[in-house]
Amino acid sequence: MRNFSSTLDTSAFPNGANGDAVLSFEVRLRRARLGLLVGLVGIVMVFISFTSAYVVRQGLPTLDPGTNTLVRDWFSVRLPSLLFLNTVVLLISGGSMELARRQALREFRSEIESGIPWLALTVLLGLSFLVGQWTVWQKLAASGFYLSTNPSSSFVYLLTGTHAVHLLGGVFALLFACGAALLRREPESRAVVVDIAAWYWHFMTVLWVYIFCLLKFAR
Amino acid sequence: MATGEFAGHLPHAHAAPQGFIRKWVFSLDHKVIGLQYYFLALTAVFVGMLLSLLMRIHLIWPNASLPLVGEIKPETYLSLLTMHGTIMVFFVLTTAPQGGFGNYFLPIQIGAADMAFPVLNMLSFWVTFLAFVVLIAAFFVTGGAPLHGWTGYPPLSALQSAGTGQGLGADLWVISIALFCLGALMSALNFITTTLDMRAKGMSLMRMPLTCWAWFITAILGLLAFGVLLSAGILLLLDRNAGTSFYVPLVVVNGQVAAHKGGSPLLWQHLFWFFGHPEVYIAILPAMGLCSQLVSVFSRKPIFGYKAMVYAMLSIGILGFMVWGHHMFMSGMSPYTAFAFSVMTMAIGVPSAIKTFNWLGTLWGGKIRFTPPMLFAIGFVSLFVSGGISGPFLAQPVLDIPLHETYFVIAHFHLIMGVASIFGIFGATYYWFPKMFGRMMNERMAQIHFWVSFVGTYAIFMPMHIYGMAAALRRYSQSTEVAYMRDLLPWQQFITAAAIVTIAGQFVFLFNLFWSMKYGKKASDNPWEATTLEWTTATPPPHDNFAGRTPVVYQGPYEYSVPGAPRDFVMQTEPAMEKVSH
Repeated sequence: MRNFSSTLDTSAFPNGANGDAVLSFEVRLRRARLGLLVGLVGIVMVFISFTSAYVVRQGLPTLDPGTNTLVRDWFSVRLPSLLFLNTVVLLISGGSMELARRQALREFRSEIESGIPWLALTVLLGLSFLVGQWTVWQKLAASGFYLSTNPSSSFVYLLTGTHAVHLLGGVFALLFACGAALLRREPESRAVVVDIAAWYWHFMTVLWVYIFCLLKFAR
Repeated sequence: MATGEFAGHLPHAHAAPQGFIRKWVFSLDHKVIGLQYYFLALTAVFVGMLLSLLMRIHLIWPNASLPLVGEIKPETYLSLLTMHGTIMVFFVLTTAPQGGFGNYFLPIQIGAADMAFPVLNMLSFWVTFLAFVVLIAAFFVTGGAPLHGWTGYPPLSALQSAGTGQGLGADLWVISIALFCLGALMSALNFITTTLDMRAKGMSLMRMPLTCWAWFITAILGLLAFGVLLSAGILLLLDRNAGTSFYVPLVVVNGQVAAHKGGSPLLWQHLFWFFGHPEVYIAILPAMGLCSQLVSVFSRKPIFGYKAMVYAMLSIGILGFMVWGHHMFMSGMSPYTAFAFSVMTMAIGVPSAIKTFNWLGTLWGGKIRFTPPMLFAIGFVSLFVSGGISGPFLAQPVLDIPLHETYFVIAHFHLIMGVASIFGIFGATYYWFPKMFGRMMNERMAQIHFWVSFVGTYAIFMPMHIYGMAAALRRYSQSTEVAYMRDLLPWQQFITAAAIVTIAGQFVFLFNLFWSMKYGKKASDNPWEATTLEWTTATPPPHDNFAGRTPVVYQGPYEYSVPGAPRDFVMQTEPAMEKVSH
């Protein structure tokens, strides 16, 4: 049989595990990283769906009304070589993003400001990538491949476009962090935003490599 | 009352907002957001119910001119059907149990001051609200609301020229669903992070109330499922407006070849049902968690098999992702594939039975208090069994194929997914109303509401099973033009009469809800003598839930009739000395 106490022992735990009142930097960072990880699962599901649709549609025959036979209507899209350059730009931006992340954490912890503006450089590289993708779409259109030309071209625009929209979200997060740095507001918040944006950016880089390989090798 | 232990007095991370807009409209407080979700769902359920009433009346008086809609043409009937299903599944069954009660009570039940990301929480509500407005707007645009049903099967849903309502109305439908998915994903992110990272000291996972487990698992299902529906919706929108052919094969519409070819309508079905079946559990898991809570509280007994309940919910969640094909037996699926989906579907019967027997085991020998929430919890168990028992019928491809297009399926899923979940929402409303509004709901009105709803539900849906087995086809706007269906008309008439009485009963609930906010008996902080953390704090809870204190948890959530305890319940915050005295 258990014996129950009705007295309060407030010294037993100086603080609850959730620590809401005075959130330490570590708690904020951990929580934000966990939230990001969960959010990335949702994004992964979007791209898994697109991939499964890609694979299914690629294997489907189509009824040709002229001959009344089933034919394969999937054309391989010749990807503009600019995509390679864009990929390199994004990979480099991943490096600069990581340096920006470490810089922001260092700055917050030791309050020493480093010289090279890695964050701004990453934004620049990210925007270059997006402009590069826009140019790729122009080139595809110029060669006769529009969104609705063929199922394969539909998927090229769908996958690259959805990735670009997600990356643009990352650029906005970085611009927010840059703004926070310029206005010198809450270095703690800025460090958290940069850290989260960095992990998001790394995910977007890996995701792009995956999409690129899918479009290149599973045509 | 604030019984139990707290870890000291601490200020809240953000101060209580001042001013109407920040406090009640763009609020960051999870309790206000929970109420916003709840009242959105309440509005939606009455709109959805009105649509079902129009359909039911039309089915027995096909030539009658009805208020608001006039004479119902077949297209009008299909648009009512589409909007009824969409509103009920998304904006009621998904919104109220998770967005409403989950938002309000998950942080309090785990001892947190708010959700992990309050701004995201606010955003998820307003995106959901916008989705509802966009959906309702479909009624008022040229051509009206879409005809393609809540499942939106292409080619009908993908072709603007396929019928009235398939123009702008269908576009608004897809946009609404996509927005809803975004809101649900943001909400799922918040629920999962909050549960994993913000539990109070001592609130281990296995000390969480089963409601929290249910919200947590539901959020995981939502995270995995809504992304897929969002993708499917994007493809549909592109097919409709950008000339792509993801879903549309070579097809002739109104004598003209459509400008699409090669797409697969089955691709939509796979993507949709990969979301759609987990959606069934997204709707009912919170009700299961709540039922466990209520059965334990009002039997004054610990829940029978707490861990089994948790593992059963997890199993249901996992299996829920492996059975989507049972919605597609009609599609010409390979018998081997159908067999696999059939076996997995029947396997869900095992954890479902575990839960049912555990509820019965909890009731067995309990000191049962037949309060309004308890009535609805028992009603839930009853409906869950009655609706669930026809699941294994439909899981057999050989039975599903003749039954699939009949009212049998309508009866099945309305009982188990629709009304059972709604009973969960009612139970939650009666149970937590005192905590949310500081007053008790009127018990006599609640009893009338329960008995009308309970008897009425069976009166509607039990005959509907038989009507379906007699091969009465669903989605038909008129049953009087076909000889064998005309002979079955008395069944339809009975069902409609039962529906009218049941719907009338819901106005008793609505009246009680608002009347009790002002005139209900004042509630104490713990009127049900329950043990979980929301009952340790003031009524209604302060802005930061525990008035600057962080609770410390020592007990499981269902410590009722514990030998040696001074009362027949032990709060989760009460320290226990394990040393036995004799």
